[in-house]
Amino acid sequence: MKRFGPLNLTALALGLAFLYLPIAILVINSFNDSRLVTVWSGWSLRWYRALLNDSAMLEAASVSFRVALLSATAATVLGTLAALALTRGGRFRGRLAFSGMIYAPLVMPEVITGLSLLLLFVALELDRGFWTIVIAHTTLTLCFVAVVVQSRLVTFDMSLEEAAMDLGCPPLRTFFTVTLPLIWPAVASGWMLAFALSLDDLVLASFVTGPGATTLPIRIYSEVRLGVKPEINAVCTIMIAVVAVGLITASLITKRSARREPAALGARL
Amino acid sequence: MAEKTARHWTTRAAILVPYVWLAAFFLAPFLIVLKISFSQTAIAQPPYVPVFDLATGWEGVREFFAALTLENYAAVFTDSLYVWSYWKSLQVAAISTAILLAVGYPVAYALARAPRRWQGVLVLLVVLPFWTSFLIRVYAWINILQHDGLLNQALMALRIVDAPISWLATDYAVYIGIVYSYFPFMVLPLYAALEKMDETLLEAAADLGAPPWRTFLGVTVPLSLPGIVAGALLCFIPIMGEFVIPDLLGSSSTSMIGQILWLEFFGNRDWPVASALAVVLLALLVTPILIYRQREARQLERGRP
Repeated sequence: MKRFGPLNLTALALGLAFLYLPIAILVINSFNDSRLVTVWSGWSLRWYRALLNDSAMLEAASVSFRVALLSATAATVLGTLAALALTRGGRFRGRLAFSGMIYAPLVMPEVITGLSLLLLFVALELDRGFWTIVIAHTTLTLCFVAVVVQSRLVTFDMSLEEAAMDLGCPPLRTFFTVTLPLIWPAVASGWMLAFALSLDDLVLASFVTGPGATTLPIRIYSEVRLGVKPEINAVCTIMIAVVAVGLITASLITKRSARREPAALGARL
Repeated sequence: MAEKTARHWTTRAAILVPYVWLAAFFLAPFLIVLKISFSQTAIAQPPYVPVFDLATGWEGVREFFAALTLENYAAVFTDSLYVWSYWKSLQVAAISTAILLAVGYPVAYALARAPRRWQGVLVLLVVLPFWTSFLIRVYAWINILQHDGLLNQALMALRIVDAPISWLATDYAVYIGIVYSYFPFMVLPLYAALEKMDETLLEAAADLGAPPWRTFLGVTVPLSLPGIVAGALLCFIPIMGEFVIPDLLGSSSTSMIGQILWLEFFGNRDWPVASALAVVLLALLVTPILIYRQREARQLERGRP
């Protein structure tokens, strides 16, 4: 039975404090009544009320959510297909280039991806705005989805698929009745990751956006450049709360589905 | 799989659809950047010449190639501002990766040695902040580091300093921001490598009389090398092109290449030079990216049943 050693415990405590203290301070400050963020003058919801009247911020939030919904969904479909191609496609022509295009965007500095996408849109004479941001986010996040889903597919018992096919099940039906039900927690977490990344992205969106499409990070960034503002603390706290609720819900759902998995599969077969 | 001669159309579609998408929106844009990096700046829309026009036929193609120029690259390699920014980016990326390794290793080690039933929760706690916005995490540090922020208040309350220190707009702030933002990218690969390690090897080393520090240096560190390489690459490559952190936390006098690229593009509207800067940055990163890709591909091969 392993126990916490004192040294290891210290390392963990310090590491977690480093990760969480700044966020905790930000959240607490968002409830500070004072306009000076550094002086505490009591709890208040003042800055949250101020947000409700900030129509530019609300509009930016709505743009960000719509972009994230669309791009995460498109990226999940494309990324799952890409993961299937990498794990089940065998050795097809151009496989090396394909896997290169999946992995490179994961580490590629965003300024390069953003610049090159913008130049493409200019060359194609596309109107820049909402849809170009959706395309940019889909391209970036589909690679993350592909990696997440692929890591599930490689540990997947392929004999289940083969059994279904041997019994005469066509590939498309095999995918929907056998493969997808087994990999769906990975697909769902891929979607969430894509959603969070899209909501978070500043650099790509700044490059490919046009007049009329300001996302939340672009809006926050332009305010933050001018210094710390209590309203921004409130926006950030709301975003953190949304992410936290989403993550807790997701982990509860996957836990429950993991427990039910063998029985459910048996019923479907 | 191998004995099947004709691939079913569904498999073909699964390959083709994402392939075409990535070729159109990831590969093609790079070719355009490459092309524009050889073009000349112009006061026009778009602000560069020549513009490729297939309607002019063969003569047009020849003129097009004749109009390409190496000017932008000459500017990138001779202007001390650009050279200095590349150097600065390399330096920041190397130092931050070293700090991340030094800070991340003990945490990853402690995670891997924690009791089993705690590990899941602890790993989740390390990953969680990664899900909150990157911008929020950088902004949180502005709160702390500003002139009358918490750090200065704490230092003065503890009587370590008498007057507030300017933390913002310094390299310290940039390093703090980078280490904070990339922390999970370093810890997770390290943890994955350390967690897989066969602990009987440590016992064997101890039984043979090796003191703990020698076991650590001679057994633990070499065995976790794949994690070290993965973590270092995962941090070093994106930090090289980092824009937001140095822009919000750093000083304007020392700019990283991501900021210069941004400025050339949006501020000076010099698209050809911005493109040349991107191409050179990519060339600098090609080796580490290839190593990263190779490792990922190998891991995939190994993982396949």
